[in-house]
Amino acid sequence: MTTTPVTEPKTVRQLLDAKDIVIACGPGGVGKTTTAAALAATAVVEQGGRVLVLTVDPARRLADALGLKGIGNDEVRIPDDVFTEAATRPRGELWAAMLDTKQSWDDLIRRHAPDAETREQILANPLYQNISGRFVQSHDYIAMERLYEIHSEGKYDLIVVDTPPTRNALDFLDAPQRMADFFSSRLLRWLIVPYRSRLVNIASRPFYQVADRILGTQFLADISEFFILFQSMYAGFVERADAVTRLLSDRRTTFMVVSTLEATPVREAEFFSSQLTARKLHLGAVVLNKVLPEYLRDPRTDKLAQSIAARAVELGEGLTDDPVVAGRVLGEVAESFLNFGVVARREAEQQAELKGAPDVLVTVPFFDADIYDMAGLLRLGALVWE
Amino acid sequence: MKAAPDLLDLSLVFVTGKGGVGKTTVAAGLAQLAAEHGKRVLVCEVDAKGDVTSLFEAPPTDFTPREIAPGVWSMSMDTEASLREYLKLQLRIPVVGRIGPLAKAFDFVATAAPGVREILTVGKFCWEVKERHYDLVVVDAPASGHIVGQLAAPQAINDLVKVGLIRSQTDWMLDILSDPRQTGLVAVCTPEEMPVSETLELEKRVREETTVQMSAVVVNRVLPELFGQREEEIFEQLRDAENERVLSVRAGGSVAPVLEAARLAVTLRRTRSAHLQRLQAGLPEGMPVLLLPYLFVRSFGARTTRQVAHALGEELGL
Repeated sequence: MTTTPVTEPKTVRQLLDAKDIVIACGPGGVGKTTTAAALAATAVVEQGGRVLVLTVDPARRLADALGLKGIGNDEVRIPDDVFTEAATRPRGELWAAMLDTKQSWDDLIRRHAPDAETREQILANPLYQNISGRFVQSHDYIAMERLYEIHSEGKYDLIVVDTPPTRNALDFLDAPQRMADFFSSRLLRWLIVPYRSRLVNIASRPFYQVADRILGTQFLADISEFFILFQSMYAGFVERADAVTRLLSDRRTTFMVVSTLEATPVREAEFFSSQLTARKLHLGAVVLNKVLPEYLRDPRTDKLAQSIAARAVELGEGLTDDPVVAGRVLGEVAESFLNFGVVARREAEQQAELKGAPDVLVTVPFFDADIYDMAGLLRLGALVWE
Repeated sequence: MKAAPDLLDLSLVFVTGKGGVGKTTVAAGLAQLAAEHGKRVLVCEVDAKGDVTSLFEAPPTDFTPREIAPGVWSMSMDTEASLREYLKLQLRIPVVGRIGPLAKAFDFVATAAPGVREILTVGKFCWEVKERHYDLVVVDAPASGHIVGQLAAPQAINDLVKVGLIRSQTDWMLDILSDPRQTGLVAVCTPEEMPVSETLELEKRVREETTVQMSAVVVNRVLPELFGQREEEIFEQLRDAENERVLSVRAGGSVAPVLEAARLAVTLRRTRSAHLQRLQAGLPEGMPVLLLPYLFVRSFGARTTRQVAHALGEELGL
């Protein structure tokens, strides 16, 4: 397949010349994780420096492709021989880490807790364990928090982030602000008032009455305890959340929307692009994966396929040792072309309708096989790169 | 015939899958199929995007169900509306006028206490089942990453909240969710690497972390088998340079792209077959796997929904 990526006016290479952080986002199931890893690996080969790919996807295959047994919460360096096996030489270092929500939250608490006692109490609180373990929004927040942490350490020249598959693709953008709002909310103050003075306060009394009735007093007490403990970290958290928000809109940060041309992902990608623009965040590139080859849309070939379908037996005569099967095969071949042509034209139309103007629009053809090693990542990366 | 699950005999079916595999298409197709078999079906959209209704070519719905096709009602989940209904009907706390301050309080508690938002969502579906307003409730559920948390919410609440009205509510919800004759989960995937891996993980998590039974796996976008072995040999003969040249002369134009497209189709199909086999090998013995063909169509609407319904019906042996 020879489809060349559309590279006007800029290339991803040029885009990355002035960026520290690339955030890969978009709908699920479009090859976001693989694209992020491919971009990071290619940057190491082409530009050098220290590059980190921060993934949220625990896909074993990605670890395999990077020559690792597994990827954990701590950053690990990809051995150079993984590149050598793919017949290239890295000019820099490739590092990888996988976001472990629970562990990242624990680390955060350890960093911010004022003293050992508070720290242990928070870590042991059942509500905290629930929030840090399975709470989706906490996942969004911690991904951005971790990015901030790593970026401020200044160890890497480029960080490529693969964002969590969120219910709403934008959740992770709002997560830091929501976290800040949450901790400065009036309701939080109500909750952490000592129990006795609650009934005195006219404003908050109805709230307690309803809440007690629905949730039960014990549960409310659990919540209170948790937030009283958490309050000691309040200032740190809000400050942090603001800093994370600033980092996302920094000049050195760019967003890469990854999608395919199927109807649902394309609509989500489009929505996402428009939201990025509305928030004045930098939409650097749109990468479209699994794009069908252009020749499927050629009207002349389409006509030709129609005529092959109609004259299959006659056309195949004398070419093989089995004229009957040859006719059938040619018929199938022509039908298949026409079928894929329908899809290719629909997808091309969808691409044309993609609104929002990224700096770079890249189309990546359907690969014959899955990407399972560094050579595959670099092949994909090369298509995205230029 | 397959060991068909009596999918249509269930009262509550959650349809989930990795993003982009077509779970909404399958949810709509299943609703359509059930309706064609004389059932009253409610199809619920959890992440309201209006995709379900567009597959029936109807305008979007809100929290109040509306009939969008004969026998098919549709609604979109709205946690605030669900809270209002819940307070009124279940807890007998009437909410007069705007729910504003209460919704704020709710938002707060829901953010702090995982499971509260989820339980209002799942609770609404269970309630529709309990009240028998419909024969079948089909939920276009969140993507596979989130469904486990949602289905496990009643149990999680049971563990967290020891007393109170909510606690007393979770018991009957759990009864419905845990009953394999009433409730089932359908996982949708495509025969590609990541969707298959995720489906296998999902099956394990659903089994270990929830009380809900996985009823079937639907594999969407299965490419047609172009050739058998004999056909493939002949195809290879047709592709050799001399034959390609003769064919081009006879057809009156270069046949190279047509042959190349067929080669691509064969390769894609082959890669995908391997993933399909991995899926079947990784699922528990007896888990029904239903195959839906790739639809080569210009657009998706009521017509394709009927096509999906019929393909599902065939796979179920109906």
